[in-house]
Amino acid sequence: MAPVVDGLFAMGDDGLALLGSRCTACGTYYFPKLETFCRNPDCASEGFESVRLSRTGKLWSFTDACYTPPAPYVAADPFVPYAIAAVELEREQMIVLGQVVDGVGVKDLRAGMEMELVPGTLLDSGEAGEKATWKWRPVAGGAR
Amino acid sequence: MSGEIAILGVGMHPWGKWGRNFVEYGVAAAREALADAGVPWRDVGFVSGGATMRCGYPGYVAGATFAQALGWQGAEVNTSYAACASGSQALAAARAKILSGQADVALVVGADTTPKGFLAPAKGERPDDPDWLRFRIGITNPTYFALYARRRMEAYGDTPEDFARVKVKNAEHGFTNPRARYRKKFTMEDVAASAMVADPLRLMDVCATSDGGAALIVSSLDYAKRIGKGDAPRIAAISTVTPTFASAIIEMPDLATDSAVAVPAKSFRAALPAKAYEEAGIGPEDIDVAEVYDLSTALELDWIEDLRLCGRGEAAGLLRDGATRIGGRIPVNPSGGLACFGEAVPAQALAQVCELAWQLRGQSGDRQVEGAKVGITANQGLFGHGSSVIVKR
Repeated sequence: MAPVVDGLFAMGDDGLALLGSRCTACGTYYFPKLETFCRNPDCASEGFESVRLSRTGKLWSFTDACYTPPAPYVAADPFVPYAIAAVELEREQMIVLGQVVDGVGVKDLRAGMEMELVPGTLLDSGEAGEKATWKWRPVAGGAR
Repeated sequence: MSGEIAILGVGMHPWGKWGRNFVEYGVAAAREALADAGVPWRDVGFVSGGATMRCGYPGYVAGATFAQALGWQGAEVNTSYAACASGSQALAAARAKILSGQADVALVVGADTTPKGFLAPAKGERPDDPDWLRFRIGITNPTYFALYARRRMEAYGDTPEDFARVKVKNAEHGFTNPRARYRKKFTMEDVAASAMVADPLRLMDVCATSDGGAALIVSSLDYAKRIGKGDAPRIAAISTVTPTFASAIIEMPDLATDSAVAVPAKSFRAALPAKAYEEAGIGPEDIDVAEVYDLSTALELDWIEDLRLCGRGEAAGLLRDGATRIGGRIPVNPSGGLACFGEAVPAQALAQVCELAWQLRGQSGDRQVEGAKVGITANQGLFGHGSSVIVKR
């Protein structure tokens, strides 16, 4: 299945991971990938390496979408609400957003929960009708 | 040299969903501000407009658009676009012109006509635009406000009732404000009965988009004295700092924060008033009244802490004790805030300053904060824009 946007994520041996970059001078990570000029104001580097970001992290905050978002979002009719997670990646020291897998709502989530990335789909207006994306899912058992 | 300028006059076109041309609102506000100042239009040497991105070319060149509508009289013009801080940047441009001696009097004006519904990104397939990208995966503006709100609940134990309490307070404040769009008192039950938008935020927790216009006539202190307005409220600080890398909080429209591996994470919201306090040479203990950007009810609580009016996590307690109501220790949003106005982007930061000017002149009627001498505003928008203005008398 084609990705919703090229170059944001990829499957690997360990599962789906977001594709970022890392400054070879100061170590700062970027998502989406940055390969031009480091944004750390104290770093003049223009060297980057591609990295797969951590596949798991701790839930920082979460919400859901109860109203249909505007285009370019492609929504089912009738609209099906979905949860959204903001997850802290420890190694990268950054927070990344994403939809939460179907069937997991706000009531199932708590800050600090261990979350992992899994493949998911988004509706699309193209011929295939859907595209691949990343989604967050509580790690089995939803341990806090 | 004093870094202060005088606010000689203020004006606002009432907020609403009027559906007319934005120029009308701006001109109405400008004329009211000129009359309030008692300054002839031909004496204005600099016109500084806040741009709107939704009203075509006239909106991109708002300063000139308003100058023409008021009658070209040879003033110099400027247009500033800085998302929600556009009005403050237009004000900063006017202050620079005045303090450098290139103009005595300036008109600062912003106005907007807004579409219905969610604010949406520009059209087309543009995956390189972070604003397009986040909408494509279903992340709207309320998503960010709700993430901040939920974080307060998880970190500090705030409740949805606390957020509703902000709405009830602001609705009471704005109830008699003739320029507010929503003038209706609401109960906690009303808020709880409104539809969920992005859990924990309901429809009545999230501000609407509105049409409106706001204007200021500002001048050098010398000019103010010459026309017998030496005691007019003064702008003591205008902070429009950018964030400092690395961002601590996930900011609209990003999908991720900066990575704080190499340098520590910093709060952008807290940096805005910090610079304003430094510039004015005062601290949070000197503030009598605050107008903050309550895009959501919960965000008002974040701002109160960013302004250091209390410690982190203590704003809900302040609210429950009634400290942020008119008559309390530190009234917040006596105008009714965005809860009663809805957001008219290029006018909103100026509307905050208008309210402080009325408060400091003791002209706020039923919503007057008694004895207010020093006020502060705070606002934040997309792409690293924000502002904090201190007004004192």
